[in-house]
Amino acid sequence: MILVGELALWVGLLMAAWACTVSFAGGALQRDDLIASGRRAIYTTFAMVLTASIGLWTALLTRDFSLEYVAGHISANMPNVYVFTAFWSGQAGSMLFWALILSFYSAIAVYANRERNRSLVPYAAGTLGAILVFFLATTCFKANPFTRLDWTPMDGRGMNPQLQNPGMAIHPPNLYLGYVATAIPFAFAIAALVTRRLDADWLGVVRRWSLLSWFFLTIGIVLGMWWAYVELGWGGYWAWDPVENASFLPWLTGTAFLHSIMIQEKRGMLRKWNVVLVVVTFLLSIFGTFITRSGVIESVHSFAQSPVGSWFSAFFFIATGTTIYLVATRLKNLEAKAELESMVSREAAFLYNNLVLVGIAFAVLWGTLFPILSEWVRAEKITVGPPFFNAVNRPLGLLLLALTGIGPLIAWRKASTANLKRQFVVPAATGLALGVLLFALGMGGGYALVTYTLAGFVAATILQEFYKGVSARRAIHGESIPVGFVRLVARNRRRYGGYIVHAGIVMLFAAFAGLAFKTEHDVTLRTGQQFETNDPYGHHWRFVSQGASTDRRANRMVTSVALETFRDGKPAGFITSEKRQYFDSADRPTFEPSTEVGIRSTAKLDTYVVLAGVRGDVAELRVTFNPLVVWVWIGGALMAIGGLIVMWPQAERRRATQAGYVSVLAPARVAAPAVGASV
Amino acid sequence: MKARTKFLIGGLLVLGPVGYLMASSIKQTGVYYLTPSELSSRLAADSSFRNVGVKVGARVVPGSIERDPGGREYAFRVTDGAKTFPVVYRGIAPDTFTDSVDVVVEGRMGRDGTFRATTLLAKCASRYESAPEKYRSTPGYKAGLAGSSRA
Repeated sequence: MILVGELALWVGLLMAAWACTVSFAGGALQRDDLIASGRRAIYTTFAMVLTASIGLWTALLTRDFSLEYVAGHISANMPNVYVFTAFWSGQAGSMLFWALILSFYSAIAVYANRERNRSLVPYAAGTLGAILVFFLATTCFKANPFTRLDWTPMDGRGMNPQLQNPGMAIHPPNLYLGYVATAIPFAFAIAALVTRRLDADWLGVVRRWSLLSWFFLTIGIVLGMWWAYVELGWGGYWAWDPVENASFLPWLTGTAFLHSIMIQEKRGMLRKWNVVLVVVTFLLSIFGTFITRSGVIESVHSFAQSPVGSWFSAFFFIATGTTIYLVATRLKNLEAKAELESMVSREAAFLYNNLVLVGIAFAVLWGTLFPILSEWVRAEKITVGPPFFNAVNRPLGLLLLALTGIGPLIAWRKASTANLKRQFVVPAATGLALGVLLFALGMGGGYALVTYTLAGFVAATILQEFYKGVSARRAIHGESIPVGFVRLVARNRRRYGGYIVHAGIVMLFAAFAGLAFKTEHDVTLRTGQQFETNDPYGHHWRFVSQGASTDRRANRMVTSVALETFRDGKPAGFITSEKRQYFDSADRPTFEPSTEVGIRSTAKLDTYVVLAGVRGDVAELRVTFNPLVVWVWIGGALMAIGGLIVMWPQAERRRATQAGYVSVLAPARVAAPAVGASV
Repeated sequence: MKARTKFLIGGLLVLGPVGYLMASSIKQTGVYYLTPSELSSRLAADSSFRNVGVKVGARVVPGSIERDPGGREYAFRVTDGAKTFPVVYRGIAPDTFTDSVDVVVEGRMGRDGTFRATTLLAKCASRYESAPEKYRSTPGYKAGLAGSSRA
């Protein structure tokens, strides 16, 4: 099976090259037989890459240590679940994994559009074939997971214990699913540019895939935060590390696109901008993969200097150059069909939202690349860290939060005073009341107060929308509140799903602002000794050390310290934190010891204990009070749920029959006049 | 033309502050990232550079790590091959901080020639990924593969 897999990898590369060539040729020559051949080649590529992947999984699960990849990433005594996930834990495997997802997505996109968008599909399939060629060629020539060692070790090196965590098992695949999904909109954008068919027909396909990408990126990023929080033990979940930034960048531009696409659907505006956003999102995904894989930028996550760097750079520049050429030669086809009428309108609010999102993306990219840029320009390496990112992104983030409340409610074209009053009086009053209340309760910190005021405002706009919608249903259909609520969301999935995502965003902002009140204590405790302090809410805490204990479990030695905790004198349970030393199957220690954080979570506060070390009966601990952290995970989950509601396909079909909207699934001939008509 | 003007104004309203924020924050928060040799030549040229916080990327000298018993102070030496100097750091060291790893220390060089670090980041090339190609044929890499220790 392993040999078959290796062979399939090479056949897959040939198939992708064939798909790329004949699809472009078929499109240019209008030859249906070539187009059909290209389509079949895409399906075959997927079958081949899948076979190669099964081959690698077989090698891993049978623990064939003659393969360098297997020997380098797993050991005989590792649980099978992490052996399975070792597929994407290393470079060669993750390249194959990229190719696997891309070929799968390509096959679906080509299959789903085989009857629709006939003029676009050949070029889209050709573009996807070209991207597949790049990834498969890199896998075959530069990072081949099937490379054999010239000797067979007794055991492998094993996996870093920090990666042996459920979050780490599912965080990378989600990010990859998100990254790779940006390739489909890119391919359709290229197809639309090549054929100059830049009306609504390419947008329908693209919106779905962009949503899918956004959905997986959101889950991937939040899982990454969760992993960093529970596993790395530095007390936070986001450090503005280049690798984190790399996943954040396509999320930002993808989010911008999902908003600006509405303007194009409704008003035929922002057409150039949308093409650029689609392309930039894809390029940032490639850039993200490249950063995590190349070691170009100093990062704690940094992977070793890798041989695929130059291939990635070449691909990046070719893709950028091609797009710039295509956009530049097709500017005329991208003229807007309507003009901005007022600065106080939904169009304008969405425009600001886009500018802020792209502004944040630019600032994050700038900060991430600054060490390289400053070295080029001034010959000295200057790094910027969290202070830079926080200073820039706090005000921008707050502006974005405000727009989250304003955008969905303000009228199209030009908002009247009556519209503004009707929509915003109650939410604005709610937000201000919350701000004043918190100030009166003694909350300090300017940014935090502004954040909670705005969060109150946005939350109120969302609740107001749901209230209005449910009331209307009750009045018209006589439904009960829960039924009305469910039907309201089900009938307008895009709108109310969007509000649910916004509710998640509000929670995230509230949680971020809570970090302003985080406190940290480094303590040294003997058995029975206690440490007393107050948490940020003013509650009194007492921690009593139960002493260190050491015991041997499956493939690791665990040293743990339990603290008995009392909050305002009442017992609040035990918090146990651990240091783990992993062993290989020959009982030799592998890797550095790793930390297992002890966390006591409530809605208001996380009490977070890290064991720094144990000497004799002295335990060195860091106790951190992290307010509101739970809301990051709840908000993230809510965003994913909202995204799922928006994506649910049935809503689209129903929408297609509604008048007034540009149908996303209707054939191009119908859709194009609809855009014109709404102008 | 009218719409274009409005786009332009809106764009400037948002991107102006973004640009300003970025420029000012880089000035305020940018930190030099130097090797030990670069740091010592800078200090030789201008001794007031001592007051500037810098990051230094270097490798820990094997066997030089000492922990203050009972406390949480670390003393060790770092090198880039050409220059070596002592570092003291107070705080929790990351799990990866062991002999001969690459570290990034942030802080200031004291008058006594000891670098006082306020943050300590450690990274290990073998941590998440296999070694670069040039190391693959070395005996150390194979020993690492066999599972005894990090190369």
